[in-house]
Amino acid sequence: MAKHEIKDLVEWDKRIREKAAEFGLDCFPQEFEICDHSQMLGYMAYSGMPSHYPHWSYGKSYEKLKTLYDHGVSGLPYEMVINSNPAIAYLMRDNTLLLQILTIAHVYGHNDFFKNNFTYRTTRPELTIETFKAHAMRVRRYIEDPSIGLEKIEHVLDAAHALEWQCRRNLAIRKIDRAEQIDRAVEAAHPREDPFKKIHARPEYKEPDLRKVPLEPDEDVLLFIRDHNPYLAEWEKDLLTIVDEEAKYFLPMMETKIMNEGWASYWHHRILESLELDQGLHLEFIIRHNQVVRPIPGQINPYHLGFKLWQDIYRRWTNPTREEVKRDGPPNKSGAEKIFEVREVERDASFIRRYLTEELMREMDLFEYEQRGDEYVVSKVSDEEGWRKVKETLIKNVGANSIPVIKVEDADFGQNRTLYLKHHHDGRDLHLEYAEKTMSYLQRLWGREVVLETSLDGKRSLLCSNDRGFSVRTLK
Amino acid sequence: MDTIFREYRPSDAERSDRSAGDRLRHRQKVRESIRDNIADIIAEESIIGKDRDRVIKVPLRGIKEYRFVFGDNAGGAGQGEGDTQEGQVVGKAGQQPGKGDDMAGDRPGVDYYETEVTLEELIEIMFEDLELPNLERRALREVLSERSSKRKGYRHVGIRVRLDKRRTAKQRVMRMLAAGRGPRQMAEAAALEGNVADERRFPFHKDDLRYKHIEIDTREESNAVVICIMDTSGSMDTMKKYLARSFFFLLYQFVSTRYRNVEIVFIAHHTEAREVTEEEFFHKGESGGTFISSGYQKALEIIAERYHPSLWNVYAFHCSDGDNFESDNPAALKAAEELANLCNLFGYGEIKPLGSRYYESSMLNVFRRIQNPNFHTVLIERKEDIWPSFKAFLAKERAQQD
Repeated sequence: MAKHEIKDLVEWDKRIREKAAEFGLDCFPQEFEICDHSQMLGYMAYSGMPSHYPHWSYGKSYEKLKTLYDHGVSGLPYEMVINSNPAIAYLMRDNTLLLQILTIAHVYGHNDFFKNNFTYRTTRPELTIETFKAHAMRVRRYIEDPSIGLEKIEHVLDAAHALEWQCRRNLAIRKIDRAEQIDRAVEAAHPREDPFKKIHARPEYKEPDLRKVPLEPDEDVLLFIRDHNPYLAEWEKDLLTIVDEEAKYFLPMMETKIMNEGWASYWHHRILESLELDQGLHLEFIIRHNQVVRPIPGQINPYHLGFKLWQDIYRRWTNPTREEVKRDGPPNKSGAEKIFEVREVERDASFIRRYLTEELMREMDLFEYEQRGDEYVVSKVSDEEGWRKVKETLIKNVGANSIPVIKVEDADFGQNRTLYLKHHHDGRDLHLEYAEKTMSYLQRLWGREVVLETSLDGKRSLLCSNDRGFSVRTLK
Repeated sequence: MDTIFREYRPSDAERSDRSAGDRLRHRQKVRESIRDNIADIIAEESIIGKDRDRVIKVPLRGIKEYRFVFGDNAGGAGQGEGDTQEGQVVGKAGQQPGKGDDMAGDRPGVDYYETEVTLEELIEIMFEDLELPNLERRALREVLSERSSKRKGYRHVGIRVRLDKRRTAKQRVMRMLAAGRGPRQMAEAAALEGNVADERRFPFHKDDLRYKHIEIDTREESNAVVICIMDTSGSMDTMKKYLARSFFFLLYQFVSTRYRNVEIVFIAHHTEAREVTEEEFFHKGESGGTFISSGYQKALEIIAERYHPSLWNVYAFHCSDGDNFESDNPAALKAAEELANLCNLFGYGEIKPLGSRYYESSMLNVFRRIQNPNFHTVLIERKEDIWPSFKAFLAKERAQQD
């Protein structure tokens, strides 16, 4: 190990933990594992999981990471943390002492975030490792089963992976079961109690069609197929369950990327500032910190945006400018209270919507771009008239908002078990080539024709995938 | 609860190559994908006539991971360097705007994935698909070409110069220890029994001797010549030449994988034939009419002069648009039959870009009369036809052997 020993790290860890506790961070117990670059690449390919089911896409991701790393295009992260209890983090063996210190502090930031942010409530961190291990064992067993085998497993997994993010977006909202949906439908069909019914015409009672499946549009496409395709074998259903469980585990990370990275950066910054590092370490700290949270021209660096936002919130609730007081009123709680509250109750989309101010956007020079011909061209900048639009676009591109909303409307369309889905169009068309391939995966899992209603170039269109292939039909 | 630090274990590093299986599977998929798209890839102008070691980029369509994603009109947000103006260009479509590592990863362009393969690898993948026939290599056509010697193991007997002293000495030490005569054992014995100095001598024995073993490797050279004959008359335009070129390229690469020593001969003909360089062959246009027989006669001459069929495997291929002078047809037919008798494989490819076929004459009907199983005709109408025709051409050779 380079120049420092485990016992140094234990020492520093102790000091960092004291500071973290002093600042009010509330963490799971933490475990660190020292690894080298090839182990790190291995962990990265499998999202950090010590065990994971096999699939060629992880091989692809490893190759890609390794190629980029070998050619020096991208470095490796200094650390990797997984959301589990105890939290597990990997530290690169070749890091300098300062990097290890910074990383340890950074990891505690993530750890606190995993434990306290509301989106992670459903992830059951105490079971993470075991769950992934159980998935791996099940998939391996199916692969070894001579009646199933690798080919068939891949056939299903490829399709399931294509649809993994077509799952429930807000896991904090309870999924309503069919019985409740029936109640709701009946309720809605009943005429309202009308205090003036003597003089009003009697409202009609429309009988709800309770045979329809699903009663209400269902965004949980993968599980819908699992539960409504009677021809799936048990192992196929199990594979869909596994893919869905993993997607639901990773969804919160996607939903809070900016907050989470910003939070960890914010805390490594504050903790290291308070550690009274000697001059050499302090200098290196400033350099490294600035590398991590530097803006990347043309893109959004989640570390940078998040870090800026947390700092700004803290400042606005500690030391607001006169204009801010005039506009928002005096702060009702301290900066510390505020940031801890925000880290618990927001996700990226709401975090940006509520706390990214016009001033900050202008300072960061955020802009919106669109494709014109084969170039990306700036279409709006954060000036007085444009900033709202830029912000809206930014929000559209964070977390699960970057995934099209597609819901199952009818499982028996035209009385021939055609699966009818609807894309909830928000101004952004689907990528047609990708849609075509994904539709064929849908059809593979559903076993019958699949129809997707969407809008292309402003026209309502139907994408159909059936045994005769893929077709696009424009509706009038 | 105290934080746990788990120390680095290098042994883990060796064991932890857990992505090996998935990488292998991925690579198989890459190969499959290349194979599926081979018709497109080989017809790409860029690879024809290039160096074998050259790395070419092959776009892989088969192994993208498809999902529902937004298309071109989605737009996005980015951060500028301070004075971004509306209308400023920030990137090229298909790439993430700006530079540096991408964050979104959900853009279709980002997943577009190109792999790099060398031409060599590509050819290997291509031909592995063909279930290659073990090409006939007539014994007479193999020439003893090279003797090389290689060290291979050790022997108890041998000639003095090959004695391996180090190994021999080791053997002696081993025997010494086995006999209880090692230095420590001797010292103990000495302590017990007093002076045993005269017992110290422990000479080499015949069994200790180890000799390096050298194997002499004789390799048999197999020679092949690819004769490319092309019609360069006025009617052969660039497109036709390009198609012909792709076919010759494949044939040459293919023959090169089978034989150690491959030569290539270019014959260009219109009403008369000349042997030309590669450069001239593909780039120099001629004008005038066509006597196909002239090209074949030239090939026959060259074979007689330099590539006697008892020493050489001869592959000849002729590309033309089939626009031959009627009067030459009998002569062409006769020469073709002669060539087919000499060659391992002789092919005629008629290149008729779509649409032109109906108003031009064709040699395919004429050559139909040739019964020789070595002879094969193909019709190439567009670049997608090249690979299937090539396969069919080789299948001929396979059939011939069965």
